[in-house]
Amino acid sequence: MAIKGNLRDVGLNQLLNLIYLAHKTGALAIENEASRADARLYFKEGKLIQAALDGKAPRLTEIMVRVGKLTPEQAKAIHARSRVDTDKELGLLLIQNGILNQQDIIQGVKNYLLEAVYQIFTWRSGNFRFDPNLLPPDERITVAVTLDHLIIEGTRRVQEWEHLKDELPDLDVPLKFAERPDLNLRNVSLSVEQWKVVSFINSRNTIRQIASFLKIDEFQIRRIVYGLQTAGLVDVLPSPVAASAPRATAPVPSAPVGRSLITRVIDRLRSL
Amino acid sequence: MQTVKMVITGPFNSGKTSFIGSVSEIPVVRTERKITDETRNVKNQTTVAMDFGRITIDKDLALYLFGTPGQKRFDFMWEILSEGMLGFVVLIDSSRPETFREARRILDTFRSYSNTPFVIAANKQDDEDAWPADDLKIALGLDSNVRVLPCVATSKESVKNILLELLYVILETAPEEPAPARKR
Repeated sequence: MAIKGNLRDVGLNQLLNLIYLAHKTGALAIENEASRADARLYFKEGKLIQAALDGKAPRLTEIMVRVGKLTPEQAKAIHARSRVDTDKELGLLLIQNGILNQQDIIQGVKNYLLEAVYQIFTWRSGNFRFDPNLLPPDERITVAVTLDHLIIEGTRRVQEWEHLKDELPDLDVPLKFAERPDLNLRNVSLSVEQWKVVSFINSRNTIRQIASFLKIDEFQIRRIVYGLQTAGLVDVLPSPVAASAPRATAPVPSAPVGRSLITRVIDRLRSL
Repeated sequence: MQTVKMVITGPFNSGKTSFIGSVSEIPVVRTERKITDETRNVKNQTTVAMDFGRITIDKDLALYLFGTPGQKRFDFMWEILSEGMLGFVVLIDSSRPETFREARRILDTFRSYSNTPFVIAANKQDDEDAWPADDLKIALGLDSNVRVLPCVATSKESVKNILLELLYVILETAPEEPAPARKR
């Protein structure tokens, strides 16, 4: 018989704990109430063996690209060259061609599984259903991940999430570059994700709009902005204008710049 | 404070980091890490994200300069970076004709995002192998009205000149502002 409920009442850590302690085999389907995203996790004898987000279990090459073991070009080339159907054959091909070794594949799949579950840990509500004895299709590679560490790390991330929400409660505010002349930027090193956010900073774009445009979830955008704030690079602007403006799905393009502004820039550059 | 931005783009190793560093009043913020692909032989470390510099115009206005990632695999960043820019500079290493085709591809990609003003900077003109700016213009198959300017990205004066030329192009296309209302 299926186990059903809502994450509001039974948290993911409790569900995983149940599956772990009872050595359950089956599929756990969850739908995030807020974003309508869905996930399906497969377990075998109390261990996580596969994860599919948004109705799709990615192919092995997609996973390897996501975890940085393959470039998109390599993945494309492998699919173009080979006629294999199953991930197991694909894995064999990657190993035989010396592109990856067995350890790379196992670790890559494992990392993907962990990240998928950590993402679900941030879901606060949503219906779930656990169907016992349901296993993933045979053609996919499964890697068994023990749940004890995953539960501990997931719980830690939930606490981090709560902390980030306290630090950055409102996402409907814009960011601005910090004005701190004493700040030594020489040693500051940013990730690609942080740069993506930085490139959208202006008084017209709220944090939520930036996240939506870059397809970053709330946890990630809070983490990135908090990191930039802590490094002293950005400040959060309390903006009544942004708060009252209708929420666009993408950042608002800058307004056309007038001639007087260009002239000011020209005058300044001439005097450099 | 209002901010405006310009984007400095160009093929890998064309001098974008030096260009921004020559005029930025803050140390250029950049992310660098060891590279592991075919570009390994060109230089030991390269920019994997982008460079970022600032020039304060006055107390109410700052100009930000964004350098695009040097390598093809980061070209997903270009459209993101181009959002809201005043204009852009395509920097080309004039001494490396093997990069001209890539420069043209980058230019076409940026032009496809919007009809933002731009200039081409024929960099490394202090190198004896550098192609003259006019020859570069022909090699790139550019229209006669496109400005291709000689540049040495390590020279502040040279970089200033490129940015000013870009600003003149921007000024030509900037909308007229309504005259202020007359007081009675």
